[in-house]
Amino acid sequence: MKKSKVFWIYVAIALVFYAVVQFLISSEQLDMYYSNLFITIAINIILAVSLHLVIGITGQFSIGHAGFLAVGAYVSAIFTTNLGWPFPVGLLIGAIVAALAGLIVGIPTLRLKGDYLAIATLGFAEIIRIIFLNIDYVGGAAGMQVNYMTTWTYAFFAVLITIIVISNFTNSRHGRACIAVREDEIAADAMGINTTYYKVLAFAIGSFFAGLAGGLFSHNFFIIQPSQFGFLKSFDILIYVVLGGLGSLSGSIIAAIFLTVISLYLQDFPETRMIIYSLVLIIVMLYRPSGLMGTKEITDIFKFGNKSKGGNVNE
Amino acid sequence: MKSNNKLKRYASVFLASSLVVGALAGCGSKDNSSSGSSGSDSKEIKVGLNLELSGAVASYGSGISKGAKLAINEINKAGGIDGKKIVPVEIDNKSDAAEATSAAIKLATQEKVVAQIGSATSGDTVAAVQIANQKKMPIIGPSATSETVTVNEKGQLNDYAFRTCFIDPFQGQIAANFALNNLKAKNVAIFADSASDYAKGLAKSFKKTIEENGGKVVAEESYVAKDTDFKSTLTRLKSKKPDFIYIPGYYEEVGLIIKQARAAGIDVPLMGGDGWDSPKMVELAGKEALNNTYFTNHYSAEDPDEKIQKFVKAFKEANGGQAPDAFNALGYDTVYWLKDAIERAGSTDGEKIKDALASTKDLSLVTGKFSVDDKHNPVKTATVLEFKDGKQVFNSKVNP
Amino acid sequence: MEWLQQLVNGISLGSIYALIALGYTMVYGIIKLINFAHGDVFMIGAFIGFFAISRWGFGFFPALFLAMVVCAIIGVFIERIAYKRLRNATRIAALITAIGVSLLIEYTTIFFRGAQPEAYPDVISNKSFHFLGAQISMQSIMILSVSIALMIILQFVVHKTKIGKAMRAVSYDVEAARLMGINVDNTISVTFAIGSALAGAAGVIFGVYYTKIDPLMGIIPGVKAFVAAVLGGIGIIPGAMAGGMVLGVVETVVSALGFSLWRDAAAFVILILILIFRPSGIFGKNTREKV
Repeated sequence: MKKSKVFWIYVAIALVFYAVVQFLISSEQLDMYYSNLFITIAINIILAVSLHLVIGITGQFSIGHAGFLAVGAYVSAIFTTNLGWPFPVGLLIGAIVAALAGLIVGIPTLRLKGDYLAIATLGFAEIIRIIFLNIDYVGGAAGMQVNYMTTWTYAFFAVLITIIVISNFTNSRHGRACIAVREDEIAADAMGINTTYYKVLAFAIGSFFAGLAGGLFSHNFFIIQPSQFGFLKSFDILIYVVLGGLGSLSGSIIAAIFLTVISLYLQDFPETRMIIYSLVLIIVMLYRPSGLMGTKEITDIFKFGNKSKGGNVNE
Repeated sequence: MKSNNKLKRYASVFLASSLVVGALAGCGSKDNSSSGSSGSDSKEIKVGLNLELSGAVASYGSGISKGAKLAINEINKAGGIDGKKIVPVEIDNKSDAAEATSAAIKLATQEKVVAQIGSATSGDTVAAVQIANQKKMPIIGPSATSETVTVNEKGQLNDYAFRTCFIDPFQGQIAANFALNNLKAKNVAIFADSASDYAKGLAKSFKKTIEENGGKVVAEESYVAKDTDFKSTLTRLKSKKPDFIYIPGYYEEVGLIIKQARAAGIDVPLMGGDGWDSPKMVELAGKEALNNTYFTNHYSAEDPDEKIQKFVKAFKEANGGQAPDAFNALGYDTVYWLKDAIERAGSTDGEKIKDALASTKDLSLVTGKFSVDDKHNPVKTATVLEFKDGKQVFNSKVNP
Repeated sequence: MEWLQQLVNGISLGSIYALIALGYTMVYGIIKLINFAHGDVFMIGAFIGFFAISRWGFGFFPALFLAMVVCAIIGVFIERIAYKRLRNATRIAALITAIGVSLLIEYTTIFFRGAQPEAYPDVISNKSFHFLGAQISMQSIMILSVSIALMIILQFVVHKTKIGKAMRAVSYDVEAARLMGINVDNTISVTFAIGSALAGAAGVIFGVYYTKIDPLMGIIPGVKAFVAAVLGGIGIIPGAMAGGMVLGVVETVVSALGFSLWRDAAAFVILILILIFRPSGIFGKNTREKV
């Protein structure tokens, strides 16, 4: 099948799914609990996919993604709640500012490698959080109350755009350059790829979508506080990507859905919740360190022998 | 090699799809069971507990949980409310406002609870208040002191939101007046927890009252909850030579601050709010260091009042000898307040319970006798307590 | 003499960071793993010391010793169960496992004893004396001397004993060490044991000095100690000590200037500056990238 045809089939399936859920929500077959669940899953998918671009495709070990989530959350909330701008504009501004923050963080730190990069991104995310903690305009530690605006429609189309942009980017010339950087930076450099450019580019795109998720996040939960964006949040996002399989777009989506549902389910077992969660994490990592999907995509399964998607270079 | 890859691929497909299916199935079956049982089962009253049981402030949330469960057990043993047993539905919100919203939605729509108790912090409670208004589910924050819990930022009342504790400004005022009038302090300093809106609220009203009444604030410093080293800031405070230091915050940090302050040679009177109330306070700070310190509270655990002593005794029995702190007492009282409201409403309908809560008058509980004002705040007497050799000694009572 | 006092405060805080950082630096040096669970071993050490002193009536030094022994065992246990299998896996898988282990330790502790804090009993006199106008407590002197003593012992073990030589060999090149007949698995276990014992010691000292311990107490000092280890040059023992001290003093100075809310940010700003301008740390040698 032609690639573009496959693409449109997937988009059509997604739109049908959207329409069905929207119908169920507006006809009140699905109550608030489910619409909130779907929106939360959507936000987590965007976060997972955006970090997947940075870690899975470009191979840059960033564990500070929550910082960009925070930027998007706060900036969009300031524009909608304090300044009264329309929600889509607020979302876009939040995402753009997060991308700028990604550039500011990325340009100096992406020279670092491996664990050093990881720790530096963690440090930057904490600095971003502490900056918000110290700004009284956004409520400091007490947090900022935000109007409720996120709906299933916004969440769904944000996810759709994120996945389309990131999967197209991955399959483009730029995406292949990013994969080359992941596989062997020195060789990529020798081949004439501007490695710094591609690392920063991927980082900024990842931050952009994290900011978008931040906007959806802040307008879904009534209040945002700096403490929500600590490094444990970054770890949550990181876990989606790693558990799904580094380099697998569909893997990170599946892991995001799976873990969001598990986390919600475990709310009923407060005493053992985190114990079960951490055990699942350890066991999956011990017995399947490459994640649930490895570098494979779910589409590979239906398309025997024709592997062109998602950064799969191992075969 | 090829076949191995294929095998792996099938394995991963199988694993991934089974997980997804499993998750969906789990989700679906839960839905069935809860919608089945949540009908008009009149044998029990479901009460939601939306609390911080893990995460940064897990100690506050689990404190409330212990107090509330003690009360629920007592009520059920005594026959429940009009013969109906209270069934607590406890949800952990991980000390995260977003999770608190999800938990409130779950309590309101899936569990169909009569009312929600929690959360411990104002932020997490605010996150649930809009849901409560929408779903007509009364929500009582046992320790949510921020004004924005019951009244939104535009000054409108949140119909379904209540609290069991004081609001911030009240305690700050009392402390300021106490410092000026009883201790004759002139140059005061403030050392507040900036990570808590509770402490910030107390500090703000304290400062306002001091300045309005001719006192002077010579230094204002802050710390962040979970800090353990305050020596450098205390050294800085000492150099400003205050004759009184106000330290609103929770005992976990305040205990250390007092100990380190005395070790650093600060011997002026220190004062705080109800967050100081815990038996751990004495252990953390040490008896000697606590001399010449005061705090405002709802009640005194040393009070010979029968109700209070009964609670202290029952709590110790249920929790292996551990003495109750303010969170335990507030959680305990919140359940009894709710019970009282349900009895007066004569129904488990959210709207009627809300009205009953709002019209509470002279209800006598462990943390004091109170009525509810038009902003859904309890109006109760504050007690100023003094530490003497590790014992909380009654100093004075202040009416609102 | 406010500033001398602040320096004393900073050094006391820094000694604790340094003790935790020593363990971090050893573990990272040998298997290149950011052991996030290290801060939680520190927490366990604090609790063991607490129970030893307040329930079983131990003195300070026996309690310290007990905490070190138990933490050493726990450290080896964690390594054998969780990390050993991952030695050839990607770094990120190892990191996620470390995060998992860290959460598991924290919440298992909460499950068994609840999240409420515990207050350490006074075992060392809180007396202080004046020196050039600064107040120096016996406790801060004790912290500093125990830290330095442990560091000297560690330095001796690493440089003068056979097992130390094995550790250095393994951290330099695992395969070559194996070919030379070194039992790599045992060497790594010993490294974890020593590192965890130091974390346990830091836990007890922390408890005595700061009084309050709780199940989540390890998170922040753990991250800070890692910053200290990077600051001093990761894998270098005197570097961890110096990094801890520098971090402690810098944090104290930031608070002393009235920016206590920015204190944690200061630690991370230093970290980033060091990483960007001198990634091998204060004491590290610059190594050129191998092609």
